[in-house]
Amino acid sequence: MALFDEKVKKQIKDILTAMKDDVSLAFFTQEFECFACGDTRSFVEEIASLSEKIKLAIYDFQKDKDAADRYGVDKIPAIVINDKDNNHLGVTFYGLPGGYEINSFLGSLMEASGLREPLKDDIASRITAVDKDVHIQVFVTLTCPYCPGAVSTAHRLAMENKRIKADMIDAGLFPHLVQKHQVSGVPRIIINESHSMVGVQPIEKLLDVIEKM
Amino acid sequence: MDFNLSAGMFDSELNFNPLVSDKTYDVMILGGGPAGLTAAVYCIRKGVSTGLIVKEIGGQVALTAGVENYMGYRYINGVELVQKFKEQVFQFGIDYDEGTAVQSIDAGDIKKVHFEDGRVFSAKALIIATGKSWRKLGVPGEEEFRGRGVAYCSTCDAPFFSGKNVVVVGGGNSGVEAAIDLARVAEGVTMVQFLEKLTGDTILIDKLSAFKNVRVIYESEVTSIDGRDSVESVSVKNRKTGVVDQIAAQGIFVEIGLIPNSGIVKGLLQLNQAGEIMVDCSCRTSVPGIFAAGDVTDVPFKQIIVAGGEGAKAALTACNYVLNR
Repeated sequence: MALFDEKVKKQIKDILTAMKDDVSLAFFTQEFECFACGDTRSFVEEIASLSEKIKLAIYDFQKDKDAADRYGVDKIPAIVINDKDNNHLGVTFYGLPGGYEINSFLGSLMEASGLREPLKDDIASRITAVDKDVHIQVFVTLTCPYCPGAVSTAHRLAMENKRIKADMIDAGLFPHLVQKHQVSGVPRIIINESHSMVGVQPIEKLLDVIEKM
Repeated sequence: MDFNLSAGMFDSELNFNPLVSDKTYDVMILGGGPAGLTAAVYCIRKGVSTGLIVKEIGGQVALTAGVENYMGYRYINGVELVQKFKEQVFQFGIDYDEGTAVQSIDAGDIKKVHFEDGRVFSAKALIIATGKSWRKLGVPGEEEFRGRGVAYCSTCDAPFFSGKNVVVVGGGNSGVEAAIDLARVAEGVTMVQFLEKLTGDTILIDKLSAFKNVRVIYESEVTSIDGRDSVESVSVKNRKTGVVDQIAAQGIFVEIGLIPNSGIVKGLLQLNQAGEIMVDCSCRTSVPGIFAAGDVTDVPFKQIIVAGGEGAKAALTACNYVLNR
């Protein structure tokens, strides 16, 4: 059964017409599909069918180890958004970005296609100046209206600097990570496993933390 | 699977321009909820030069799951309604700023609006429609344990309290709704209500009564939230007897209503005890040329349709003021 009804399909299709360049999606699942892997595969397939600019490659997490390593994918389901030349932007969604999270997914898709709101000069230069490896994990639930904002900010940072990678993580699908980071509220932002922030944070605040690390 | 597409996040060709500093607008509207957006439509249609300053488009409506009492729609989700409001504003060209907080306002013949980032904009008339924000408890432990047991959004965070014991503070509609969300997953829910009965709508209270794992403590207030790394217990004081009980809980959801976003006009406009801007029936405040509308004002009943109506009134009064000045 299709995930998108006709109305949502049309809305998304309209949004995607504004895409600038092509975008490549790398989707990771496995032969015996995990809980949520099947639905997430349908999701990426349906999204890809709504715009010619979206190229979709489906990988087997077990068999295509090289690809998983290349994109730093360590769990499934995972959707990696790459640019038109299949360059890794460091933008990953772990889980199906449904509910409110469809907004951060479409936002990242548009940004990966080259349609980006200009950043303020001082912010842009602060992002460029980050010269260490940074991994941002944003825990979300799909019923959280605030979460897409936190995810979009993290993904934008990743797109602007190769040293930064950012993940959306659906808390409902990865209980061991929820346990590990003691997440009891979303959005929860974990930076390099060591720094934790609660709630949506402006890009300046994330940079403050990153710069001090 | 639902897909809650957001309000106009991707409208690449929205019909708006940045606000201009060296211009004096006829009317400057602060607020992007139903009151502010309605005011914008009325001002533009009256042909006065209009600026719109928005912190979060849609205000509380954008965070409301479903709306069933806004005429014309038997049911519409909050985000969709905001999108429709926004489209109605942006069919016209409008000078617009979104996301930056306003720091202060100077009254005087020409009003000045100072942004936190240093920008300043001028207008002959202002409409304050800055709405309300969720209120906090202000007790020890609340800040410390935020995100570690203290929560404000039951739809966001209820799943983390599956099989646990939680406290819900507040017995109005949002408190009762939170208790229902939580009762579905939690082991036990204790509601702490300040008054001697719940004040939520009957239809919701009936729904709540169907759950066997919910108890309500009346005439009580939370005095502290305690724990080591995360919330372990909540201290609740009976307002009559003064007796303090410790309730073992891993989570506490705060749903004690809203406070008006009137900080920027404190000391400038007359406020009531609740901090709401006092307005007359034409939305005039205590300062000539400054008007107010919607939830930030002392107008009774905070409803989308009321806020919209007040926004229209404030706009028409402001336009009259500008034309007859």
